[in-house]
Amino acid sequence: MIEPDPTLALIWACIIAFAIAAYVFMDGFDLGIGILFPFFPVGKERDQAMNAIAPVWDGNETWLVMGGGGLLAAFPLAYSIILPALYPPIIAMLLGLVFRGVAFEFRWRDPRHRPVWDVAFFVGSTVAALSQGMILGALLQGIHVEGRAYAGGWWDWLTPFTVLAGLSLVIGYALLGACFLLWKTEGLVHEDARRHARYLAPLLVLAIGAVSLATPFLQGHYYRRWFAWPNVLATAQVPLLVIIVAGLLFWSLAKGRERAPFFLTMALFLLSMAGLAVSIFPDVIPGRVSIYEAAAPGVSQGFMLVGAVILIPVILAYTGWAYWVFRGKVGEAGYH
Amino acid sequence: MSLAAGVDANFVSPVYVDVSPSGNNAKGLQAMHDEAALLLARSQFAFTLVFHFIFPSFTIGLASYLAVLEGLWLRTRQTLYLDLFRYWAKIFAINFAMGVVSGIVMSYQFGTNWSVFSDRAGPIVGPLMAYEVLTAFFLEAGFLGVMIFGMKKVGPGLHFFATCMVALGTCISAFWIIAANSWMQTPQGWTLNSAHQFVPSHGWPTVIFTPSFPYRLIHTLIASFLTTALVVGAVGAWHLIRGNDTPQVRKMFSMAMWMAALVAPVQILVGDQHGLNTLEHQPAKVLAMEGDYRPSPDGAPLILFGLPDSAGAQVKAKIEIPHAGSLILRHDPHAPLQGLTDLPRNEWPPVPIVFWSFRIMVGLATLMLLLGLGSLWARVRGQLYSWGLLHRLALVMGPAGFVATTAGWVTTEVGRQPYTIYHVMTTAESVSPIAAPGVGVSLVAFAIVYFAAFSAGIGYILRLMAHPPATGEPDHPDQPIHAAGITPAPAIEGGRA
Repeated sequence: MIEPDPTLALIWACIIAFAIAAYVFMDGFDLGIGILFPFFPVGKERDQAMNAIAPVWDGNETWLVMGGGGLLAAFPLAYSIILPALYPPIIAMLLGLVFRGVAFEFRWRDPRHRPVWDVAFFVGSTVAALSQGMILGALLQGIHVEGRAYAGGWWDWLTPFTVLAGLSLVIGYALLGACFLLWKTEGLVHEDARRHARYLAPLLVLAIGAVSLATPFLQGHYYRRWFAWPNVLATAQVPLLVIIVAGLLFWSLAKGRERAPFFLTMALFLLSMAGLAVSIFPDVIPGRVSIYEAAAPGVSQGFMLVGAVILIPVILAYTGWAYWVFRGKVGEAGYH
Repeated sequence: MSLAAGVDANFVSPVYVDVSPSGNNAKGLQAMHDEAALLLARSQFAFTLVFHFIFPSFTIGLASYLAVLEGLWLRTRQTLYLDLFRYWAKIFAINFAMGVVSGIVMSYQFGTNWSVFSDRAGPIVGPLMAYEVLTAFFLEAGFLGVMIFGMKKVGPGLHFFATCMVALGTCISAFWIIAANSWMQTPQGWTLNSAHQFVPSHGWPTVIFTPSFPYRLIHTLIASFLTTALVVGAVGAWHLIRGNDTPQVRKMFSMAMWMAALVAPVQILVGDQHGLNTLEHQPAKVLAMEGDYRPSPDGAPLILFGLPDSAGAQVKAKIEIPHAGSLILRHDPHAPLQGLTDLPRNEWPPVPIVFWSFRIMVGLATLMLLLGLGSLWARVRGQLYSWGLLHRLALVMGPAGFVATTAGWVTTEVGRQPYTIYHVMTTAESVSPIAAPGVGVSLVAFAIVYFAAFSAGIGYILRLMAHPPATGEPDHPDQPIHAAGITPAPAIEGGRA
């Protein structure tokens, strides 16, 4: 048990993937609303946009702590390579989230400086989203590892591809935020959200296309994963589904649907994650370190699993309940 | 979050000074560079951690205080307890939120700044910290929301249960973090696996219950209670000074002064026991705290003040009480005591920092004791609410708990240097392969963002404190508010009204 256990490693990879996915879905629309914030007129529209996420944002953000803390505990080698390699974007993301978080709190409590907190909310959200996209892009393009440590330079994370990935995530989150407002609000802010969603949706599909086309050429084994016969029969389903879902999304926006666009955008995110899994599984640092190599010993992963199995369902139940309580449309002064 | 690797900011470890060979310029330059990077990594970790720990240390004490207030309300049905509960619950919510925001940073600082430590010690400290995260997460997602918003929704009995669970949860959180830190201070029950990682060899209880763990946990928890009592006492004193002499203000001042009178002496006793435990397991730390460079075969003096000079291995300009050091540490005035010079030079912690931070902590503890005794005296004479001098002292001592707690952590963390894991892994071995400029730039960014963001939060808490608790204190602010996903139903009604 003092060496990694493959079964536990796989279970923990799923748990952490789930935490990251939960984070992307749930904090994604929070950050998206922050990204779109300056495009809403000052006053009731902004208040309403913020009210839509006020009750849930910090619960959403805690999944990020699970992702970070979980990675340290379950895959210490991956944690200790990825964090130094992506040091600048990670620090930028954290600082962005600090700003976003306090802006949330103080926008209400400090009306005299509200314009300042609005800017902090926008900048914090955008920097966090951009950084997260660049972190993902940098991970995908490969990290220079020697022995058990990062051996690359200070600027390795900054390439055209990572910038593309960063901007794509900003667009994706903004669309998710717009669709969330479409679902949860009415009146002027609802109309504005629809306007944003209508141009963001094609932009996101373009961005997904660009990232997908670039990815197979980043590392040789991605190319083989995607295009080697007979793999291609299975992997081709992912882009096909993306096209179908994108079509449905455009249609639902054109039809003026209120709820469908949000879930269809989430489906696009889910398909992108599936594509990511096709590219890298079972590696945690693509081409270099697999989840089995990075895993903490069985004795550590097993010990943590006890707590995770008990607490994660409880947390999910509470989260689900909270969203149920806030299921209606948000008014100007908060949820009805 | 955790208090772990190197908290000292201003010290260049002797291990490091010695490695730069004078003959080889390129190598010497590289060593200097590494040294700067290490120093900056430690500074950044110390900064983010000290800033973060302000919030949880207040959270732990305040959660228990809220549970006591609500329990008293349920038992006596005196509404002034409910008023106080609601007053402090609002402050609790903001403080908790700032703890969460600054805590997220901590869960990434281990990897960004201490990646080699994270890789090698991750299998042991990682799960302990993961349990802390799960506990805090569970709390936030669950009972905190009920506690802050739910009185009308769930009824008083269940609400009291939620408050107690929050109080219990903060203590459980502390349990895990102190377990991780104590393992680094007094590691036991580990072996190395094929990847040179530290792995439990005798089960998790051995890893969790290390020799220093019980002392550190109790000392830390009591510190949080005392810190909170001093804050509550200072707010009460402020309003008494301002002439807001209401029953609520009197009650909170009186409760806080009882805590100071009863808990400060207990904390001093616990601290003494903690020190004896440290002498047994980490003698270098205690010798640095005491400033005992040279061995004292006929009993060590107690150095009250002085200027430690590690190069000359002596404390200059010292004021000392003969034999009192041995009396405290060995309970015998003539018991011999080691000196730092008995230990290899490269195992000395940075003596001046440890020496001074320890004195700051003990000095403040003495003042807390005086405040407690003063309040007893005032109580006996029936002047608890009229003795201006006492109120002024209580006001000035408001932040003393935070300063003393920080000084205590600096003592224990810097006292562990040059190791992250005592006698097993050095701080220099633990650091990430990040060059100095990068760490420096991010440290500046952290400093700017933290001061901007958290000073606004602390300012808001102070503004809340500047108003005395009202009779019929409102349950909630009349804006939309949140706590990790639980319904602020009353807040919504308030928002509509």
